[in-house]
Order: sequence, then C-alpha cells, then structure tokens
Amino acid sequence: MSDTHAESVAYVRDTFIPQQEPPVREKGVVKWMRENLFSSVPYTILSLLALWAIWSILSSFLPWLLNGVWNASSLSECRETLDGARGGCFAVLSERWNQLLFGFAYPSEFYWRPTLAFVLLFAAAAPVLVPMLPRKLLIFTLVYPFLAYWLIWGGTIVAPIMGLVGLIVGAVVFQTLSHRGFAIGVLGAVISAIAIWWIGGSLAGGPLSGVMALEQVESAKMGGFMLNMILGTVCVSLSLPFGILLALGRQSKLPIIRVFSVCFIEFIRGVPLITLLFVANVVLAYFLPPGTNFDLILRVIIMITMFASAYIAEVIRGGLAALPRGQYEAADSLGLDYAQAMRLIILPQALKISIPGIVNVAVGLFKDTTLVSIISMFDVIGMIRGPILSSTEWSGVYWELYGFAALMFFVICYGISQYSQWLERRLATDHR
Amino acid sequence: MSSAPDTSAGQAGGFRLSMLLNDTRYRGLTFQFIALAVIIFLMFWLGTNLVRNLAAAGLNISFRFLGETANYDIGQSLIEYSSQSTHMRAAMVGLLNTLLVAFLGCVLATIIGVTAGVLRLSKNWLVARLMSAYVEAFRNVPVLIWILVIGTVVSLGPSPKVYLGDDPERGLFLGLFAFTNRGLTAPAPVFGPGSLWVVLTLVASIIGVIAYLKHRKKTLFSTGTLLPTWPVPALLIVPTVLVFFILGQPIKLDMPDPLANRFNLQGGFEIGRPLIALWLALSVYTGAFIAENVRAGILAISKGQTEAAAALGLRPRRIMNLVVLPQALRVIIPPLISQYLNLTKNSSLAIAVGYTDITATLGGITLNQTGRAIECVLLLMLFYLLISLSISAVMNVYNASVALKER
Repeated sequence: MSDTHAESVAYVRDTFIPQQEPPVREKGVVKWMRENLFSSVPYTILSLLALWAIWSILSSFLPWLLNGVWNASSLSECRETLDGARGGCFAVLSERWNQLLFGFAYPSEFYWRPTLAFVLLFAAAAPVLVPMLPRKLLIFTLVYPFLAYWLIWGGTIVAPIMGLVGLIVGAVVFQTLSHRGFAIGVLGAVISAIAIWWIGGSLAGGPLSGVMALEQVESAKMGGFMLNMILGTVCVSLSLPFGILLALGRQSKLPIIRVFSVCFIEFIRGVPLITLLFVANVVLAYFLPPGTNFDLILRVIIMITMFASAYIAEVIRGGLAALPRGQYEAADSLGLDYAQAMRLIILPQALKISIPGIVNVAVGLFKDTTLVSIISMFDVIGMIRGPILSSTEWSGVYWELYGFAALMFFVICYGISQYSQWLERRLATDHR
Repeated sequence: MSSAPDTSAGQAGGFRLSMLLNDTRYRGLTFQFIALAVIIFLMFWLGTNLVRNLAAAGLNISFRFLGETANYDIGQSLIEYSSQSTHMRAAMVGLLNTLLVAFLGCVLATIIGVTAGVLRLSKNWLVARLMSAYVEAFRNVPVLIWILVIGTVVSLGPSPKVYLGDDPERGLFLGLFAFTNRGLTAPAPVFGPGSLWVVLTLVASIIGVIAYLKHRKKTLFSTGTLLPTWPVPALLIVPTVLVFFILGQPIKLDMPDPLANRFNLQGGFEIGRPLIALWLALSVYTGAFIAENVRAGILAISKGQTEAAAALGLRPRRIMNLVVLPQALRVIIPPLISQYLNLTKNSSLAIAVGYTDITATLGGITLNQTGRAIECVLLLMLFYLLISLSISAVMNVYNASVALKER
C-alpha cells in the first residue's frame, strides 16, 4: 500500500505527531467556564448579573461581618469604636447572649440546667435518628422527657419519676392484657397509668415534695431560644401519635370517627396558627373549669400540638393512601385484626413513605414557634423586639439581632432537612 | 356504659354481650358509640365550663359590639372609614386589606417562584447556585423574621423631605415615583369624562388579542403555518392610544408634587410602608417554596418527553412551551394553590409590621377594646376558614379537570 503511495504522493508522514495539550479553551477552568457560565449570549448576561449580585451582597456584607465590634456596652460605644467605618455591632450578642438563649427571667444561676437538657437532647435523639446505634439506647430516649422536665422546670424528682413509672406500668399492663384484645389492653393501660399518675401527683405535691428537689422555675420565666426549642420539640413529639390517630380516623370505615377526624383536620388546617394562639391566649381559659390555672405555655403547647397533629395527619394519610391495596388485603388474609394489621403491616410502611412530609411539617412547626412572640411571649423574637431593641443601649441594632435569630433557625432547619434526605436514601428499599 | 342500649337486642337472638367487643360485626358500632359518648361528654364539659365562666365574669355571648363605634384609626383602607365607623366596618376594612395583600402577594410570589424555579434548573452554574442559596435561605428561616427584616429595610427609606423643595436632594424616580419611609408615592390616574371609552377599548383589544392567539394556535395545529406575533402588541396598544388622543386625553395622572407642601409629597397615591413590607416579605418567602414546587414539577416530566420533542425537530423554547410546561403544570398547580393558601394564612402576621389586616383589626384592636374575645376570635376563624374552604374547592375542581383521563 505505502509503496503505491510513495509513487503518487509527495509526502507521507511515517511518525506520530507528538501528543499535545488540548487547546486552552477545551480544558480546565476555561472549558468549565465556557460551558457553565458563558455558553451563549443570554447565559453570559445572566452570569454577569449573578456575579454583580454576589459582589454587591458580599461587598457590603463582608466588611460588616469582619469589621464587627464584639466588645462594647452600647450601640453608641460601638459607633465610637468603629469610628465611621462599616461594621456590625455584634457586642449586643455577647452582652445579651444569655437573654437571647434563656429569656430575661430565667434565674442565671440555673442556666446550666436547660443547657444540660439541651445537650442531653442530642443523646436522646441519637438512637431515634441514627438507626446504626444499639436499640438499648432507646431507654434513655424514653427517660429523657421526664429528665428534661425535671431539669428545666425543677421541683422534686418524684413527679417525673412517677410520670415515667405510670408509663411503664401502662406498657406492662398492655402487654399482659393485649392477648385478650387490643382495646382491652389499651383501656387497662390507660386506667393503670392514670392511677399511678394520680398517686404520684399527690405524693409529689405533699409528703415527698422535697426529695431531690431542684429550685422550681415557673413557666412564665421561660424565654429566648430555649422557649422555641421547648415548644418545637414538645409539640412535634406530641403531635406524632395524635397525627397518626387522626390519619387512621380519617381513613376509618366508621362514619362518626371519620366525620370527626375530617372536621377537626380541615378546621385546624383552614385557620392560621396565630388565631389558634389567640385562642390559647384569651379564649381557652373560658372553656376550662373555673378556678383552674393553666399557665400560658401549657395552653400554647396544647394549641400548637393540635395544629401540628392536623398537618401530620394529612401527611400520614398520604402515606396510607400510597400503599398498594394488596398490603391491606394481605394483612386481612393473614387473619390479623385491625390493630395488628396497622401496627405490623400498614403503619411501618406508611410512616416510612411519610418521612419527608413529616420532616417538612416539623421544620415548619419549629419555625412557627416564633409566632408566640405576637401573643407577647418572650421567645427569641420576642426578646429581640421587646427587651433588647427597646433598651436604651441597643435600640437600632436590627441586623445583628435578626441575623443571629435567622442563623439559629437556619442551622437547625437546614440540618433537619439534610438529615431527612439522608434517612430517605437509607430507608429506600426499592431498586431505582 | 356502652352496652346499655344494646342489651335489648341481645335478648332477641343468640347475642352475647362479649360480641360487642369481639365480633367484628358489632365492634365497629361499639367503638363509634364510645367515641360519640366521649365527644358529647367533652362538648358538654366545655360548654358548661363556658357558661359558668361567663356567668362568673358577668359576660354573655353577643355580637352587638359590631354595631358600636370603633374609635380607632386605620392607616390604609380600601373603603371609606373613619374612627367614627363601627367595629363591623373596621372588620370589613381589615378583611379587604387581607384580601388585597394576599392577592398582590400571590401574583408577585408566582412571578418570583417560577423565575427562581426555572433558573435553579438552568445549566448556568452560577445562577443555579445563587437560586439554590435563595431558596434554602428563605425556606429555612421563619417567615416572621423575614417580615420583620423586610419591614426594617423598608423603614430605613429616606424621609419625604429629600424629595421636597425647589432643589431637592433626590429627584422622583423616573419622574414618577418616590420611595420614602412612609411608603411608595406613585402617580394616581384621574378619570375624566370619556375615559370609560378608553377603558372599554382596552378591554376590547385584550379580547381581540386572546381571539387572535387562539386563531394562531388553531392555524398552527390545522395547517402548520405559524402566523406572526407582531399583531399582538399592535392590537393591544394602537386602538387604545388612538381613542385616548381622539377623546382629548381624558385620563390624566395626578403626579406627586414636591412643591405643594413643606412636609410631605402631595398628590398621587401612597402605598403605605406596612403594606409594601408585608407584600414583599410574603412574596419572597412564598416564592422560595413555589420555586421548589416548580422545580419538582419540571423534573417530574421524564427526559424522554424532551428528547422526543427534540427528535421531532422542535426548538428548545417550543419544547418548554408545548411539551414540558403543559405536563408540568398538572404537577405544579395543586401545591401552588396550597402555597397561595399558606400565603393568605401567613398574611395574618401583618400585625408585626403594623399593617391593619383582619387579624389586626378584629383580632387585635377591636378585641382589646371590647373584650369580646370569644366572638372576635370566632369570627376571625370563620373568615379564614371560608377563604381556605373556597380555595380548596377551586383546587378540587381544577384537579378534576386536569386529571389524566385513563381507561
């Protein structure tokens, strides 16, 4: 072949050209930028606009952040230190740190108690959140609510212990009676638990009120970010069981239970949370027996729990509806009764499908706990708008305070949603 | 207690009492009876408590206070209102204000949300990241904080004085608008005689444009020829402008006048600062959620659809308009409507920036002045419930109309 060409073609290359680098525009940063930022005229304009937006945000934000003053006792002192330069007055955060976290009334010598409760919250949440951990740790999760109550509110340890004992006795009674039917088991458990609680209540109020007692702190003294955390965790955990019950009620074949569930859910979902908080603040007292004195925080917890359970019920209803009919029929054909079928077959699957939705509701609810500041409770927003911004030293320090509150919520909410995505991937059993 | 009414039935056949709990035929009835008894007992308990508490406080349930004089002023109202008006009137003002901010918010939130959602899917790395940052920042921070922050931003505007005098520090924006710490002052249209005809012409041209677009689509689908788009703006503008000038410019603008008054801009109409703050905050916040819905909707359309359309030779914009969007809308609209509902409910936080919506009038000042807590909160809840139920009714109708007709 090459011989014939040797006659007709003037030149035939018989060596390889040495390998060369790809052209600049086809490699590395330049290629990436050409493809991702400047691939066409509209994209270029968009990119330039985005660059301008980022630059204008950073150019005012960064000096404010980096040049900030952390040590001052008032805004005017901050301004003196800054001397006309741009910079934030973060001294308000360091000076009012405790108020932002615990409110203005919580006794400062007891700050370690809510702090400890907060740290233990992670330990209690870990076995629920991370499925790899040994199951035995769940015992601590069970103990935690009572421990946290004792730490934050104080009082004798007898009350939370009796609360826990009531729960355990209820569970034991349920176990022993449940072979005679689910309903009988539940009934027995409820009655025995209430009996224990009643005894415990009279013991803790009377003869044993001094046993291992921490100094009592009234609910009215709760405030700051602690209040948001309390409301968020308590209401989300309480609303889960109620939400499941409501969802099952809405799916139920029994008309009275179904109608009641539908009415409750639609009513709660149809009104804004703030009207329910108004109810807690000014109306609920009319509906309680004369002379009972529920404190505001408890009334708010009741209303927010009702609110959250309606939303969670809708999410779980979606999960129940998404299960194929075959699952229900398979449970029936195994001879399981309603309670067994729900507990063993339907709910585990339905709850798994509903995890993203439940997390959304939880995040939304945690954000909505800031609404209590409107009914003049001093959560973190209430503290900022009330005592801090209206003080003579710090009036006018908006950005630092709102930025701080926003950051706290962002960290927690973003963390939760990232966690739920991780959990979703982990629990995925289908092959996609 | 549950067995009492059923014992008579038990004597009739082979019925034993234990069947009430163990026989699936009767167990449902037992549970319902227990539930009903519990509910009735609860209602009765709450009711007697209410009666006793009201009697103790010397109160009664009465809506007569709605006819009394309100004695308070409202910053911004769409209807005639003075402090001598009744509480009923004040509630109406609040109601209209709620609907106003909800409507404005829904429009702006949709624009922001759709833009951000589409841009988040853009191949432009920088823009996509920027939009992700926007969505995450707004979704993970409470709406109340955003309302307060944006309320503060708006309140930092200049005092109206900078626009005043012969030689103002600042000129009006485009010669028309003034942003001050009181809000936005904009030119107000003044309708003179004959302006009805101008408006009617505009309406007629809009109908014409819609008809033309329908005709255009029809010819495209039946013959394949694509009619030009230039008649659309022409049809929209030319007749109205012609009529406007033929009738001798019947609609005039009442401009904000920097010279008429020494303390504030006179003329034009003022959109109050609270409305602007609440409107922007709700729109930007809800926009982040809508962006996620839009993104999810577009991603839900399988890539095969886009590729099939491309294989047919459609251009990218056509693919978006004719193939992807019509299918994505079916996924997007239901959550979109529930976002509208959320926006409406979140507008009840108006009180935080001093906007007088129904929560601030009926649930705030009226409640505090009259002390009629139960009545006010009840009316407030009914109002929101009415809005929610009507929006979900609309949603159900829509869902039924776009549901895939299968089998």
